[in-house]
Amino acid sequence: MTLLHTVNKSPFESNTFDTCLGYAKDGSTVLLIEDGVYAATTGTSAAEKIKNASGVTFAVLGPDLQARGLEGKLADGIKVVDYEGFVNLVAEHDSVQSWL
Amino acid sequence: MAVKKFMYVNRKAPYGSIYALESLEVVLIGAAFDQDVSLAFIGDGVYELTKGQNTEAIGQKNFSPTYSALGDYDVNKIYVEKESLEERGLTLDDLQHLVWEDEDDDWAEKDSIRLVSRAELADVMAEQDICLSF
Repeated sequence: MTLLHTVNKSPFESNTFDTCLGYAKDGSTVLLIEDGVYAATTGTSAAEKIKNASGVTFAVLGPDLQARGLEGKLADGIKVVDYEGFVNLVAEHDSVQSWL
Repeated sequence: MAVKKFMYVNRKAPYGSIYALESLEVVLIGAAFDQDVSLAFIGDGVYELTKGQNTEAIGQKNFSPTYSALGDYDVNKIYVEKESLEERGLTLDDLQHLVWEDEDDDWAEKDSIRLVSRAELADVMAEQDICLSF
């Protein structure tokens, strides 16, 4: 069973991102959407945690990153997907856990 | 009418919730009353001021250009908390360059954003008559 996790909260505003990381097993994917995209930006403690979470794939929703003016701040090792890519991720995994 | 010191405290990222836009609307409405207005950007509120926001693909209104109009409404004390920027890997260069024109100084263009420490901002906050939190 592979799981797609989505996180839509800023890592600075809630512990949703941290909780998700605790539940993300090897082979799973974490997709950062809406305010969750702030976890994907360089120079943050969240980006450090992503770097250290080997075995988990990280992706970020491009439109949400662009909306927030942070395209140029994307940390290494995080894949950018568009809405079509979001749908593909859902299809590629067995189920989706939407952390709110 | 006596002039009071108003501070609008912004602590939320834009687009994920309606707080940031609502705050901006209230500031613009309040600007009509000729009060002493300050804006504070703390925590995720600093994300409201990032430059290069492009909301085309998410189908929401990009209200970030409106911040550059604040100077024309005599809203020119915009405090950004240094610690919040640093924690988010940001510098002033990542934010919009907000300016105002000083009519007492031959309309010289001056910076609106004041980068302050948490302690300095706490002092400014303590001087206010009214704080409105968003």
